[in-house]
Amino acid sequence: MNLNSRIPSGPLEQKWSNHKMNLKLVSPSRRSNYTVLVVGTGLAGASAAASLSEMGYNVKSFCIQDSPRRAHSIAAQGGINAAKNYCNDGDSIFRLFYDTIKGGDYRAREANVYRLAELSNNIIDQCVAQGVPFAREYSGYLANRSFGGAQVSRTFYARGQTGQQLLLGAYGALMKEVGRGNIELFSRREMLDLIVDEAVKGITVRNLISGELETHMADAVVLATGGYSNVFFLSTNAMASNVTAAWRAYKKGACFANPCFVQIHPTCMPLEGDTQSKLTLMSESLRNDGRVWVPKRSGDTRNPSEIPEEERDYFLERIYPSFGNLVPRDVAARSMKKQCDEGRGVGEYKMSVYLDFGKAIDKFGKNVIFEKYGNLFDMYDRITGESPFQVPMRIYPAVHYTMGGLWVDYNLMSTIPGLFVLGEANFSDHGANRLGASALMQGLADGYFVAPATVSDYLASVDPIQKDKSSTLAEDSKQKVNQHISTLLKVKGNKTVDYFHKKLGQIMWNHCGIARTPKGLEEGLSLILELKERFWSEVNVLGSAKDLNQSLEKAGRVADFLEYGELMILDAMSRNESCGGHFREDFQTDKGDPLRNDKDFCHASVWEYKDKNQAPSRHQEELLFENVKLSQRSYE
Amino acid sequence: MMSKKITLNFKIWRQSSPEDKGKFKEYQLEDVSVSMSFLETLDLLNEKLVAQNEEPVAFDHDCREGICGMCGAMVNGEAHGPLKDTTLCQLHMRHFKDQDTLVVEPWRSAGMPVVKDLVVDRSALDRIVSSGGYISAKTGSAPDANATLIDKEKADLAMDAASCIGCGACVAACPNASPMLFVGAKISQLSLLPQGQPESLQRVEDMLDQVDEENFGHCSNTYECEAACPKSISVSNIARANRQSILKSLKG
Repeated sequence: MNLNSRIPSGPLEQKWSNHKMNLKLVSPSRRSNYTVLVVGTGLAGASAAASLSEMGYNVKSFCIQDSPRRAHSIAAQGGINAAKNYCNDGDSIFRLFYDTIKGGDYRAREANVYRLAELSNNIIDQCVAQGVPFAREYSGYLANRSFGGAQVSRTFYARGQTGQQLLLGAYGALMKEVGRGNIELFSRREMLDLIVDEAVKGITVRNLISGELETHMADAVVLATGGYSNVFFLSTNAMASNVTAAWRAYKKGACFANPCFVQIHPTCMPLEGDTQSKLTLMSESLRNDGRVWVPKRSGDTRNPSEIPEEERDYFLERIYPSFGNLVPRDVAARSMKKQCDEGRGVGEYKMSVYLDFGKAIDKFGKNVIFEKYGNLFDMYDRITGESPFQVPMRIYPAVHYTMGGLWVDYNLMSTIPGLFVLGEANFSDHGANRLGASALMQGLADGYFVAPATVSDYLASVDPIQKDKSSTLAEDSKQKVNQHISTLLKVKGNKTVDYFHKKLGQIMWNHCGIARTPKGLEEGLSLILELKERFWSEVNVLGSAKDLNQSLEKAGRVADFLEYGELMILDAMSRNESCGGHFREDFQTDKGDPLRNDKDFCHASVWEYKDKNQAPSRHQEELLFENVKLSQRSYE
Repeated sequence: MMSKKITLNFKIWRQSSPEDKGKFKEYQLEDVSVSMSFLETLDLLNEKLVAQNEEPVAFDHDCREGICGMCGAMVNGEAHGPLKDTTLCQLHMRHFKDQDTLVVEPWRSAGMPVVKDLVVDRSALDRIVSSGGYISAKTGSAPDANATLIDKEKADLAMDAASCIGCGACVAACPNASPMLFVGAKISQLSLLPQGQPESLQRVEDMLDQVDEENFGHCSNTYECEAACPKSISVSNIARANRQSILKSLKG
């Protein structure tokens, strides 16, 4: 396997601009000869589709929901980082780069992360121009706030709905191109196969309304299909978020990198019963003003208001005095779990900690706090029936984001020529842990600014596809997908798809979740293999393949998750260190901090699919750090 | 305190395809925990139906946190159910009583035809946006973000309007099936901002033309939309859009 990362030479600050000069261009008059398929319409997909279309390429855009505006980027709350230094508090592109690399526990490429920081400023400009209503000061200037893992205020936000507003901006740009006839939009389509013949040739999708399979041939395919958190069944992701598109690309030769890197978000609403279908996240911006605490005494069942200050343990402030409640997500999540494991958790199931706004409300007043967090407080109240103005919130960590993804080079191209992977679906920028307000930044950097340049470079080197020559490829693909669907329908067992998904989720959470052990991973692996076998003999998918069939859709996704879980566990077993979201109990310091092993594991693990009966091979992309010194991540 | 459990009676609209006439079907569901959401209750019902080899109820949903706009149904005649400012996915069963009967049906509007059971086709809303609901700022053309100052008051009003999630409840609640709250919110957001000015009048004309192209009715100020909107979008956005429309007709 040739893993050429194609990182440009030269000083860090000049890599992207030099690289752009070296990328090939397609002249404006020739661009309409090329067809690019963009799968997914979240921040990365919508911005890429719109930008490529504005350049003049023939673009087709696909989404799984009824409208591109539903993509899960819409749910991001807190904000988007940029190195504008509007607050004059010492921010710079280098500092944003440094924070992101350090936050990722030194498991991301320097060059990619620097480019991300560099592009962050253009993103804010672009979004404001589109009419994204970011928060403003009374002076009319843009407002900023601070966020976990940073000591500067560099986060731009639109109330607690930043993802929604950025997505609606990108959706507007996409729909502008649709309206002008430049993009053909295919909603309610699910990608079920990638067509490859040395290079990428197209995709096969299922029309979720008619059940029909359609193939679309193209010169390049952009996957922007998000992450795989739903392998845990319970996560903060939307119900339709899935790994299927990425997984099927993997089986066609796109390598998968760092699948065990999963982010557990500390500020989620706690689990309250076995019929719960998702865990709702609340922006970690809440930690700017909320203070995390548990009772000092384990088994203390008093109401929070009855527990005096001196009997509360503000454990993040105590253990990490310089960052306090703003330590990065993984640190906060593990710390909370530890408190609960040791019996100091609160709530009906004793699996949550308090997030208390009492002090902030006293200091700033109810109005200021409501202005900042109003919609989050309302959301909490609506779900739990309790107002955070009266009772401290209760929170617990939940799976939220996946740093692993399809391997891509500096151009965001996978190991299949012509297949580009953007946003959460790739592995490139967040290493082993993502800092808050960075996902939106990456999605838009990839879509607005990176892909338009690098996809063009690829297209400049290939001849436009001959549609007639590709018909056998298309037919083969359709036939295989059809076969897979009929196999699912033919099982006719006696268990629902959700039954298997829930079981898989429990296995993943217990064995490959917030803290992992070699023994637990071994057990998890054998449980998954067992469950997978049962799935294919006991699942019951009713209805037909010829119309809207939500059980069938889910069944296909769960079948892929069952395979994917196995790869995640293999990856977690082979990474003998703790870093970022991957915490191995057998690799920790005396203080319980994660112990990285830079000598043996300063690399991305890159998995290559072999075939059904053969284990995947593990390759390594070594990571070189020339501009930052690897240090133990410490937030004390 | 353990969550309370209740029993609910459902009358749910079942329609196998756009051509099918459709009808209500009755189901009883026991052991509904009051901490469950409405959609989790439908999940529970569907699990039960599959166990009895009956096809589950099709319904649209995705984020389940009230922001994607994918879910929605009429519950006892009210869009997204009885709770104000709340999407169906955020409606919890503690708002219902033991033995309540819930009539659940899809959005009803010629502009948003039923696809199956509770699922409707809202692509008309996308077409309205693609007719002009944006600012044409091509990628790469933007000046520095702080080059244009915007009154906080206006920015806040624009944000209020921009909170629309495109769920279609306003259309479903309107006696004329008018999408004017949806359309007005977008026009209003963009016309409040300086960046939106150059295209402002053309935008309102194009979007309203598209509304006429679709199978929607006209606004007659009944304000049912505002009452049904899960994001409490104000009808003043419709007034603001109308103002733009009048300006356009004056200027020709």
